[in-house]
Amino acid sequence: MRWKETDYAGWGRVLSAHGRMARPEKLAALKAVLAEAPAPAIGNRRSYNDAPLNSGGAVIDMTRLDRILSFDAQEGLLEAEAGIEIGEVARLFAPRGWLPTVMPGTGRATLGGCIAQDVHGKSHHQDGSFGQHVESVTLLQGERRVSASPTRNKGLFRATMGGLGQTGVILSAKIRLTPCPGTMVRVTESRAENWDEFIALLDRSTAPYVVGWIDATARGAAMGRGILEEGELSPTLEPWPKGARRVPLDAPSFALASPVVKLFNAAYYKRVPAEGRVRERPIADFFFPLDKIHDWNRLYGKRGFYQFQCVVPPGEVEALRAIMARIAESAMASPLAVLKRMGPGRAGLMSFPMEGYTLALDFPARKGAEALIRTLQQMALEAGGRLYLAKDALADGETIRAMYPEHGEWAAICERADPARALETDLTRRLGLRSTT
Amino acid sequence: MSETRSETWIILGATSSMARAFARLKAEQGARLLLAGRDMAELRRLAGDMRLRGASEAEALTFDARNPATFAPVIERAEAGGGMISAAIFVGSMPEQAVIDADPALIEGVVADSFTGPARFLQMLAPAMEARGGGTVVGVGSVAGDRGRLGNYVYGAAKAGFATYLSGLRNRLGREGVHVLTVKPGFVDTAMTWGLEGMFLVASPEAVAASIERAVAKRKNTLYTPFFWRWIMLIIRLIPEPLFKRLSI
Repeated sequence: MRWKETDYAGWGRVLSAHGRMARPEKLAALKAVLAEAPAPAIGNRRSYNDAPLNSGGAVIDMTRLDRILSFDAQEGLLEAEAGIEIGEVARLFAPRGWLPTVMPGTGRATLGGCIAQDVHGKSHHQDGSFGQHVESVTLLQGERRVSASPTRNKGLFRATMGGLGQTGVILSAKIRLTPCPGTMVRVTESRAENWDEFIALLDRSTAPYVVGWIDATARGAAMGRGILEEGELSPTLEPWPKGARRVPLDAPSFALASPVVKLFNAAYYKRVPAEGRVRERPIADFFFPLDKIHDWNRLYGKRGFYQFQCVVPPGEVEALRAIMARIAESAMASPLAVLKRMGPGRAGLMSFPMEGYTLALDFPARKGAEALIRTLQQMALEAGGRLYLAKDALADGETIRAMYPEHGEWAAICERADPARALETDLTRRLGLRSTT
Repeated sequence: MSETRSETWIILGATSSMARAFARLKAEQGARLLLAGRDMAELRRLAGDMRLRGASEAEALTFDARNPATFAPVIERAEAGGGMISAAIFVGSMPEQAVIDADPALIEGVVADSFTGPARFLQMLAPAMEARGGGTVVGVGSVAGDRGRLGNYVYGAAKAGFATYLSGLRNRLGREGVHVLTVKPGFVDTAMTWGLEGMFLVASPEAVAASIERAVAKRKNTLYTPFFWRWIMLIIRLIPEPLFKRLSI
């Protein structure tokens, strides 16, 4: 197997690494790589941070191991190799009546990545996290092949869901799909004029898929205004939308300067009429809105960006309001800001979800952004909340361990699965996650 | 069930990423696929993937360009389908020129993989295609075949031979309604080019497969993919030999 010496980054591009990368196209090639030098596996690097990085070391790009292995059309059970993209599964199976039960905000995330981060989607309040729909997962621990499921190798399974790839190279998994009558989503959009109304709308919603866009630049009485999107699968069948547009180069820094974002957000908010509207949109457009623009992360310019995402318990809605107000004051946020309800569902020891509300925002990497995010992290911690390890690029180990009470149990299982700690990434080293003490 | 039997596509060298991408396009159209190559375990995995993506049938078959005994069984399986037969040839091997310089005996293998093996196979297949009066041959060569260069002239020579063969085959089969497309990819992001120095304007296997698919539909004779390689190679071919022999491009 040939290695490529390369620079690579997570989706936010603010953290990057230099090292060797292998990209096996055959199972035999993957085994040869692992026999030579066990290394962490990575997918499409849609985590924003250093989760898919191994500075100075090696990584294995799994994106070419993307075969579908089996499909049970009665039960909706799909088994595939880790490199397949979740949007590809949707494209292939929605016309046949099945959709991944949990889909993250980008269809470019791989099956392996969805497991390693135990991702959530717009239906988390009713469907829980991705890992809760995994029937079994097959890992390669060096040259040893191990399977785990909620009933067999239970501990290993719980350490693998949301386990950041630390329990072995995720080779393949079997997931449960959900019945899907067509290829469209019936979307109801409503305006929320301020924070209180937004929270009330979220609490009232009974739709299966719910996501809120929040105007992170609005202040005063309009603070927390935004648009709630509620979706349900529709029986309409339309052709799947074609490929994406490209961002040809890194945008200049003024593209996301505060007045530009303010103007954009105001227009985006008013695009939905005050009385709301209902329309049918393709599944791909509703679930993966940003995938229409290939490499959209380049819009943040060369220096990249941070994404802050936290979840706080239901009783801490005031703390989240304070976080939102602090962001609005800073005038540093980008147009991409999301507010959602979260249910209690989580599949692993290190899974992000907890019952409550989750807020996610992008901040271009510029002066003051790091200090602001550190403040927000502290506020989330004090509210009994949690940061998402697919996003966080700035926290310290102590903060994260305080947010993840099952961390010790997880680290102990990883230690048995990977005693040489060959699967460590920049993320696990930065946060000292593999430390069992 | 269906009135017309689905078209059979023979994919030689099916485990390569370009072949895989092309076969997936055909699978989604419901074609019957014969996936031929050397790594049977891998081919079986691939056949399963193709069936689940919509192929009416997908079968893994042994094909070794250096072993002509493996050719006839593939053709037999193609004929058993009863419908039109098409073939896409993705085989080829590219040891580094320095490795060949050190061991000239390697030339035979390179020529067998990239030229004589597939040519002999197509020669055996031609009568069946003529008899059906339709179908397409997609022969994947390389821009390396357009001019012999310091870096890979043995590989280039084999691909040039294959391209000349395909042009003659087109001349023959065109009379019977069979179309022959010569594909000349530039740099494609595959295991063959992974980590090589000096790569630029690298295309994804999916983009190349989609361009092949369009060229088949339009019955193009020669496809440079991505398209700009036609112009790059035109310039390279126009450089006068006295100058060219001193260059290291």
